[in-house]
Amino acid sequence: MSDEKRSFEDVMGELDNIVKKLEEADIPLEEAIDYYQKGVKLSKWCDDKLAEVEKQVAHIVDENGETKTMAFEESKDE
Amino acid sequence: MNPKYLTVTALTRYIKRKFELDDHLSTVWLKAEISNFKHHSRGHMYFTLKDDNARILAVMFAGYNRFLKFKPEDGMDVIVKGQVNVYEPQGQYQLYVHEMIPDGVGALHLAFEQLKNKLEKEGLFDQQNKKNIPTIPRHLGIITSETGAAIRDILTTIRRRFPLVKVTLFPALVQGDGAKYDLVKKLEQANDDQTIDTLILARGGGSIEELWPFNEEMVARAVAASHIPIISGIGHETDFTIVDFIADLRAATPTGAAELAVPSKKDIANQIESNRRTLHRGIKAVINRNEAKLNKIQSSYAFKYPKQLLSQKEQELDRLIESIHRNMKSNLTKQQFHYHQLMSRLHSKHPTQQIKLNQQKAGYLTNALENNFKSHFRNKVVQFEKQLDKLKVLSPLETMKRGYGIGYSSSGSLIKSVKQVAPGEQVTFKLQDGYLDCQIWGIEEDQNE
Repeated sequence: MSDEKRSFEDVMGELDNIVKKLEEADIPLEEAIDYYQKGVKLSKWCDDKLAEVEKQVAHIVDENGETKTMAFEESKDE
Repeated sequence: MNPKYLTVTALTRYIKRKFELDDHLSTVWLKAEISNFKHHSRGHMYFTLKDDNARILAVMFAGYNRFLKFKPEDGMDVIVKGQVNVYEPQGQYQLYVHEMIPDGVGALHLAFEQLKNKLEKEGLFDQQNKKNIPTIPRHLGIITSETGAAIRDILTTIRRRFPLVKVTLFPALVQGDGAKYDLVKKLEQANDDQTIDTLILARGGGSIEELWPFNEEMVARAVAASHIPIISGIGHETDFTIVDFIADLRAATPTGAAELAVPSKKDIANQIESNRRTLHRGIKAVINRNEAKLNKIQSSYAFKYPKQLLSQKEQELDRLIESIHRNMKSNLTKQQFHYHQLMSRLHSKHPTQQIKLNQQKAGYLTNALENNFKSHFRNKVVQFEKQLDKLKVLSPLETMKRGYGIGYSSSGSLIKSVKQVAPGEQVTFKLQDGYLDCQIWGIEEDQNE
């Protein structure tokens, strides 16, 4: 999907809107199918995003404004 | 002399009124040492506050002293806040203590309270000035020490709850003299990054002195000035700093701040699942609705009995064809009738009759012609015969019988005069019984004629 860079909140919001639209009465079938497909796609996107087990990285900004990265430490009780 | 008397009560009340009217005495911060401390069985505390040169009686009623986090005792240096007033029965002025804190720490508390009052009056704590925290942040900025429990707790919490968010740490000094400058600097630095939508300002637990940078006015004002919403998570549950009051959202601990900053992955997953279910339900409802519509259309008369529709049309067609035939026929009949009429009229006008008539006429006429001709002819014959008889009488031949002849010149013309001929000319003489060829020998003309 091209919205790789979209914010999660954005996508969730759109999904919410689509769900609301689909719940409206008298929505034309074609539109409903479009909404449905888009909605399923978005929910999949959200799922995938959540499922991504990326190695979490925190960025550290130093005194000079330069950024370096720091890997998250795995917590021992997890 | 009429001396004026006052009662003791009146005087005491007058003095008491003077105390009450004095603003300075209505709220007093006092630093002193406790002596003669007595905690009465009914809950009130009675003691003397003193320094090297003076003392004042003090009372702290149960309603106030039950909030004390420590037990006052003789010799303890404290800072108290209270009101000076007069206790009439004893004629004593004394300090009615509302708050008491141990000194040392107490000085800080005093500064804290004063700054808190000041900033509160400025409206910096007002709820309506608080910014909303994004439900799902994209980029989380964290201002805290690079080392220590706070950052570890925060990162662990974020990892557990919502690893989608981008995290940027702005390492800061969180205790010591330089901390306030560093905190302000990091707040400004974080605000320079336009992508950061949530800031956590955190520090692990510690003594009030250790947490002090978060009570500094410049830090408080920097927090207030931040355009990024800030969640504070400083110390433990019981610790409140000025920054906590100003922050857009206050969490009790760094872990708490992280929890407030990011949503739980599980909650989000649930929400997605719920949305997905609603989507399925929604599309199913739409499909059902349309299916019902389609069914209704399919069960309509035209779809169900197409043959009927056709036969109806056929019937109609038959009717029309019949009608055409009928019309044609009637038209034809009419035309035929007309034709017959014309024919009979024509027949009635046929010329045979006339021909017959005319033939008859012609017959009559022919007969008449013949009869007329015959009678005419007979008449003529009779006339002719009469004429012939007359002619017979007049004919020269009869005369010639009596000896007369007729002379003809060579050219055949009748010679009536001697001038018609010349001597030598051949002439012919007709007599009763033939011709004489003669030649003129001489001519003698009569003179007396």
